[in-house]
Amino acid sequence: MWRFIAYRLLQAIPVILAVITVTFFLVRVAPGGPFDSEKAVVPEVKAALEAQYRLDQPLLTQYAAYLGDLAQGELGPSFKYPGRSVNELIAAGLPVTAELGLYALLVAMIIGGVAGIIASLKPNTAQDYLPMSAAMIGICMPSFLLGPLLVLVFGIYLDWLPVSGWGDIPGDKILPAITLGSTYAAYIARLSRAGMLEVMTQDYIRTARAKGLPEWQVVTRHALRGGLIPVVAFLGPAFAGLLSGSFVVETIFQIPGLGRFYVQAAFNRDYTMILGTTVFLSTLIVLFNLLSDILAAWMNPRLRTQFSEH
Amino acid sequence: MSDASITDIAQAEQGTSLWHDAWLRLRRNRLALFGLGILVLFITIALLTPWIAPYGYAEQNLDLGASGPSAAHWLGTDIFGRDLLTQIMYGGRISLAVGFIATAVALLIGVTWGAVAGYVGGRVDAVMMRLVDILYALPFMIFIVLLMVVFGRNLLLLFLAIGAVEWLTMARIMRSQVQTLRQQEFVEAAVSLGLSPSTIIRRHVIPNALGPIIVYTTLTIPSVMLLEAFLSFLGLGIQPPQTSWGLLISYGAETMEEYPWLLLFPGLALTLTLFSLNFLGDGLRDALDVRGSRD
Repeated sequence: MWRFIAYRLLQAIPVILAVITVTFFLVRVAPGGPFDSEKAVVPEVKAALEAQYRLDQPLLTQYAAYLGDLAQGELGPSFKYPGRSVNELIAAGLPVTAELGLYALLVAMIIGGVAGIIASLKPNTAQDYLPMSAAMIGICMPSFLLGPLLVLVFGIYLDWLPVSGWGDIPGDKILPAITLGSTYAAYIARLSRAGMLEVMTQDYIRTARAKGLPEWQVVTRHALRGGLIPVVAFLGPAFAGLLSGSFVVETIFQIPGLGRFYVQAAFNRDYTMILGTTVFLSTLIVLFNLLSDILAAWMNPRLRTQFSEH
Repeated sequence: MSDASITDIAQAEQGTSLWHDAWLRLRRNRLALFGLGILVLFITIALLTPWIAPYGYAEQNLDLGASGPSAAHWLGTDIFGRDLLTQIMYGGRISLAVGFIATAVALLIGVTWGAVAGYVGGRVDAVMMRLVDILYALPFMIFIVLLMVVFGRNLLLLFLAIGAVEWLTMARIMRSQVQTLRQQEFVEAAVSLGLSPSTIIRRHVIPNALGPIIVYTTLTIPSVMLLEAFLSFLGLGIQPPQTSWGLLISYGAETMEEYPWLLLFPGLALTLTLFSLNFLGDGLRDALDVRGSRD
């Protein structure tokens, strides 16, 4: 197990380095300097600004300096909001996005997991088709369509729930969490159904039945652990999806989180902000992939032994 | 036995070939057929749009403004009095084109990459697939946003960026196929006949690996179309004066309170297409027996 963790950790390092390097140079070769848009900047002022942001130095020096900053956890200043740093913007946005993501994940796991397990218990019956058709709708209904539709029905026509904001009015977190979580609920439903179906044909399930356990105990005590491994392995990619999904959901519901900052930075061409957030988000995603792989390996001993045989 | 009789037998056998079998199985799957029908319809409409669209693409009617579905405008009009059906038809051209072209890019890179890695094997394979592993771990959605910001929002770049991301899974599937295939006797026979590796890959390996590739391609198109719509919704994808379903949904969402049809119809077009592609993909997977024997 430890060898597996160490191996995966070592794998993550080049990925994070690659992200930093690619992002840094992409942003630097971008056409148009960050201060070109300001119309009447005196050359001296521009030079001073460029010196402040180290733009007057050779590219490689800038890169080295940036790596040095990163090593100290310093993600750089914002071009567009003078005096604010990327760190501050992330500190302001991350808790909001994390909370939204957590609720969405809960929605996805509870609804998706339950639907998938229920469907798997009686395959190819109405009990299977109904939740699985709903899951198909969930997959084909992107959040940027579902969000506005939910707002229209529950916020405007029925007037049950607030349509924007975050933590201002009670209930304003419900629609964003459902919007963000629905796609993943659908995927989790399909994965847990497939996983459970496979597990239920295993010998140890037959043994459990043979020793006279009631069916619900067979499911909860024996089948779930094995059947949900694909779901756990999916949590890493799902986390990445939730983060990028937050771009849309936070924009629709006007939530002051990281996703909206990122989209705004993209529109403003706030290069340091884009660079900082990309590096931060990417590192987060890579770490979560790592975590979900380790969790899946812990739940499935076969993955570990497979590795140590190499 | 003469050559002619071998060909005769081969032709007689055609009746129960893999493809014929697959078609028979697919025909029994109503949802997949429904998906195929919708797709053929939408693609035909997209191809013929410039001739069959009820109004001109840029045609406005400012006096009319936004109006609900009517006899003159089946799906209503937007705030500039533009016919929504016409907008959806032109938008569909772009959305479908992005879906198909970007998937083709992914297909080309992925299949070549996977075939070479799987066929050559050894150290080349290790290096090539390690690169795929690393790229896999990259948060590509963020990268596409970044690419669109840095290089401006043009259509060609969008194709390339999306295609460049989606080829990874294709490469993995292809590689595992090739690894299995290259141990088969007919590949051995081709090697002993002195055919070059590139000929063997093109003539013998790729055709035999087509099943999984077709299935995965069918499932890649909807995810590419979703990606395009996602970017366009954020304003980072297709730019006016061009339009796409994602962009129409984004406009519709802005004015949905007063004019809900502007959100509903483009949303319906996109969802229906994604549905069709997913159903067709699932159906093909069963028909071509990709995940192993069904019973």
